[in-house]
Amino acid sequence: MRSLKRFGFAVTAVLGLVWGDSALAGPTLDGVKSRGVVTCAVNTGLAGFGMPDQQGDYKGLDADTCRAIAAAVLGDAKKVKFIPTTTQQRFTVLQSGEADVLTRNTTWTLLRDTEQGFNFAPVTYYDGQGFMVAKKAGIKSAKELDGATICVQPGTTTELNLADYFRTNRMTFKPLVVEKLAEVENAFFSGRCDAYTTDRSGLAATRAGKASNPDDYVILPDVISKEPLAPAVRHGDDEWFDIVKWTIYAMIGAEEKGIASSSVDDALKSEDPDVKRMLGVTPGLGKALHIDEKWAYNVIKQVGNYGEVFERNVGSKTPLKLERGLNGLWSQGGLMYAMPFR
Amino acid sequence: MNASSTRRGSAWWNDERSRELLFQALIIGVVIAVLAYLGHNATVNLRRQGIVGGFGFLSHEAGFEISPALIPYTPADSYADAMLVGLLNTLLVAAIGIVFATALGLIVGLLRLSGNWLVARLALGYVELMRNTPLVLQLFVWWNLLRISAPGPRAAWQVLPGVFVSNRGVAFPVPEYDPGFRWVLAALLVAILASAALARWAGRRQARTGRPFPVLSAALALIVLLPTVVFVALGAPFHLDIPQLGAFNFKGGVTVTPEFAALVFGLVVYTAAFIGEIVRGGIQAVSRGQSEAALALGLKRRHVLRLVVLPQAVRTMIPPLTNEYLNLAKNSTLAVAIGFADYFSVANTILNQTGQAIEAMTLIAAVYLSLSLGLSLLMNLYNRRVALVER
Amino acid sequence: MADIAHAALVRPLPQLYRWLRANLFATPLSTALTLLVLYVLIKVVPPLVDWAIVNASLTAPNEQACAARGGACWAFIAKWYRFILFGRYPYSEQWRPAVVVLLLIMLLVASCDRRLWGRALVLLWAAGVAAVAVLMGGGVLDLPGVDTDLWNGLPLALILAVGGLALGFPLAVALALGRQSHMPGVRAFSVAYIEFFRGLPFITVLFMAAVLFPLFLPPEVSIAKLWRVEVAFILFLAAYLAEVVRGGLQAIPRGQYEAAAALGLGYWRQMRLVILPQALRIAIPPLVGTFIGGFKDTALVSIVGLFDLLQDVAVGTNDPSWRGAYIEGYAFVAAIYFVFCYAMSRYSRSLEARR
Repeated sequence: MRSLKRFGFAVTAVLGLVWGDSALAGPTLDGVKSRGVVTCAVNTGLAGFGMPDQQGDYKGLDADTCRAIAAAVLGDAKKVKFIPTTTQQRFTVLQSGEADVLTRNTTWTLLRDTEQGFNFAPVTYYDGQGFMVAKKAGIKSAKELDGATICVQPGTTTELNLADYFRTNRMTFKPLVVEKLAEVENAFFSGRCDAYTTDRSGLAATRAGKASNPDDYVILPDVISKEPLAPAVRHGDDEWFDIVKWTIYAMIGAEEKGIASSSVDDALKSEDPDVKRMLGVTPGLGKALHIDEKWAYNVIKQVGNYGEVFERNVGSKTPLKLERGLNGLWSQGGLMYAMPFR
Repeated sequence: MNASSTRRGSAWWNDERSRELLFQALIIGVVIAVLAYLGHNATVNLRRQGIVGGFGFLSHEAGFEISPALIPYTPADSYADAMLVGLLNTLLVAAIGIVFATALGLIVGLLRLSGNWLVARLALGYVELMRNTPLVLQLFVWWNLLRISAPGPRAAWQVLPGVFVSNRGVAFPVPEYDPGFRWVLAALLVAILASAALARWAGRRQARTGRPFPVLSAALALIVLLPTVVFVALGAPFHLDIPQLGAFNFKGGVTVTPEFAALVFGLVVYTAAFIGEIVRGGIQAVSRGQSEAALALGLKRRHVLRLVVLPQAVRTMIPPLTNEYLNLAKNSTLAVAIGFADYFSVANTILNQTGQAIEAMTLIAAVYLSLSLGLSLLMNLYNRRVALVER
Repeated sequence: MADIAHAALVRPLPQLYRWLRANLFATPLSTALTLLVLYVLIKVVPPLVDWAIVNASLTAPNEQACAARGGACWAFIAKWYRFILFGRYPYSEQWRPAVVVLLLIMLLVASCDRRLWGRALVLLWAAGVAAVAVLMGGGVLDLPGVDTDLWNGLPLALILAVGGLALGFPLAVALALGRQSHMPGVRAFSVAYIEFFRGLPFITVLFMAAVLFPLFLPPEVSIAKLWRVEVAFILFLAAYLAEVVRGGLQAIPRGQYEAAAALGLGYWRQMRLVILPQALRIAIPPLVGTFIGGFKDTALVSIVGLFDLLQDVAVGTNDPSWRGAYIEGYAFVAAIYFVFCYAMSRYSRSLEARR
């Protein structure tokens, strides 16, 4: 009997230790509010999108999107927790509830939107899939890659598009499928594969961040698919989906109105009714989203508008040197278009 | 604690049998309750996200390429086909791994017992190194060595005519398929069966008259000569499919990728260390009197090992050996760390592409449990045949 | 005088000669092997020593500088050893995981001392576990709190393995007893549990626990990944330990059971006072073997996203200055695992020799 009692005591102690680390909450927004952090699944290390720096702080477009959501919901862009995930883990981490939002250069597709149970917020980066090869191979187009060994990560639209492209063009290839991003990059740079394929922004990031000499590698001009990269949340929580959606629109809308993090305080005094609604001077929008009225103000002030976030992470002054192109404002020929704030 | 004591007049809660029934009911009840609670949560969670249950997704198009594939496979095939390809890869690695690990393990075990101090110490060092470092680390080392040590395909080493070593793997020629091969294969099968029958006959003759028969040499001769004769009779149709350097890789022949080679090498070398210890333990467990008596009878040293010690040692080695084989088969899942498309990697990819987490996990568990059970069953059958029949 | 000195010099020589003859050159085969081995050693060892010691660099600013010298880049270890060992644990607080490592080692060593076996050991373990939790997690006694995500590297491996052993062992004893029980329900459950976890590869169990388990919890509850992986270790180790304990139980002659029953001891008293002490003593060598296996399995947790020693090395070699230094990193990690596992295996062998 005594051994049973001791056993029971041990079990209770363990359960207490385990449960002490968790928290009780309602659906996603309640959970975020009670935990006090927004938990985002990000990349393990992709320059420009989600990459830890020397101090372990995550930097990148996706990381900043996460910080924007935290600024909107909790008022503080630093109240974030990042979960680095591989391509194979990202969906289960979101599905299981461990992460609140997936900001990890993930392509918006029909099956992911329906069968896999996710809702996609507005696209934060319009991209396309491409190939990177070594310059000394002398390849000028993807159509010359018949019979090549191609590095790709598993569980991605990249993998599927690659197969489709080669099938359509009646070419064959040998895939080298490695889950860890660092390993697949190593395999390409060590010459194990002839080409590396992923979103062109990812190719630029890999070349800038990992190549010992970036000029030895060239990104082929062929764009073989559309890859709209957008944050994703789970089905069944409209409230949280709306918050994430409108945080993105706030960043785009601010750039449309010319409001940046340095000028947002002055914008508070603006007479433009659109701006007054967006920044919470005219109350109502925050209440509709069940968050603070100053949500958009906090986003712009602490993280910046879309243009600032773009330039800071992947723009012309960064090693990636990506052009706005499709990611410019609609008024300038791009696809970034914020919905009306009313 | 065997006889249940049902004394007339004692309360039901003191009756041992009813106490046991209550205890069992409680345990089973708790287990069912826990499983039901977990299952309910999962169903609710999945339904809320709109994910449909069921195994219907297996017939959908896979969409991704798998290499290497033992059966013809294209991305247009279904998920079920993709899983089959992965399963065959796993079985291939396990089969090759078990055969070579046993062979190497036998050698290592014998070397450990060698009278040569240098050899015995080296074998000890090898065993200790392999057993005390994690397998995944060893696989990474092998993989990196195989990847970086060889040059690109354009500068591949030609170790033998037609055999090329590059960082894409080892490409070697294989005979092209000819319809005549079916006869050659049939001849091989006949030769094997004939050898088995010969061995049985020779054993019975030896038991009856004491005259030994060189079964091994005869069998070898049969297995080599018969198919060769058939082959020559058919006109020796032998065309080699030699690897040719294409634009990027070698076309033709068979290429063994560095990932496959690293996985097999790593598994074989790691498991052989454990098997070596099992072999050593088995041989040392045979009492010294056996080998002394055999020597006294005039048997040569090499016959002592083969005819007297090993057969007795094998009896005690089978259960731990079974364990090691199972471990090898299960360790093949480490392929996911080095990019080899085994069953677990493929199932994992499918899990991510379709979101059907529970169904995919069930399939993974089912396959590996069947593999373990199947292997255990096979080894148990063999064990029963060689086990000592006790009173 | 000279004769004696001469004799003293000459006598050791034949001994060496005799030893060589007996051990290295006894038969023609042995001689051939010796020569082969010596040839291989001569070809392999000098270049290895050159690479690892002679040309190696302990202080170099980056990998290119090491490559210039042509030897091993131990400078990578010198610079990054703290990150490899402790991961992302806050730099200023890293004395805490260091103390935790020492504490766990001392716990393991103390468990080997026979004099402590009994209630003292249980109390020692309880105190040890509490101390580890407080030191690593913080939040009390003026220690800043550290999230479980940041418990990386060597302390993580030790916590997972030792925790798995500590909590898996009682479960294993229960399962082993259950497997022997004459109650069909209990026996069926024990057999099903043991065969299930022994038939699955560890990676699949890890995966299910770390990635899928949150799906089985209500959305309000979330358990940190470290604890989910710890549960995976506990459940998995319990199945293997149960088989080891069962082997120990089967080695006890039936007479012990019958004598204990004849003395009038109830089932649990029998087990606690007569059977289990003997069975566990017999089962210790294979138990240590299972623990070594469990400790090596901690190298797999990087596959589910925890930062163990291998993952820390991967992060370190991500740094552009140290891109090619992964061989040195692997060697360092291999040395750490080797030291721990070899020590434990020698201990278990000394136990077997004693009996």
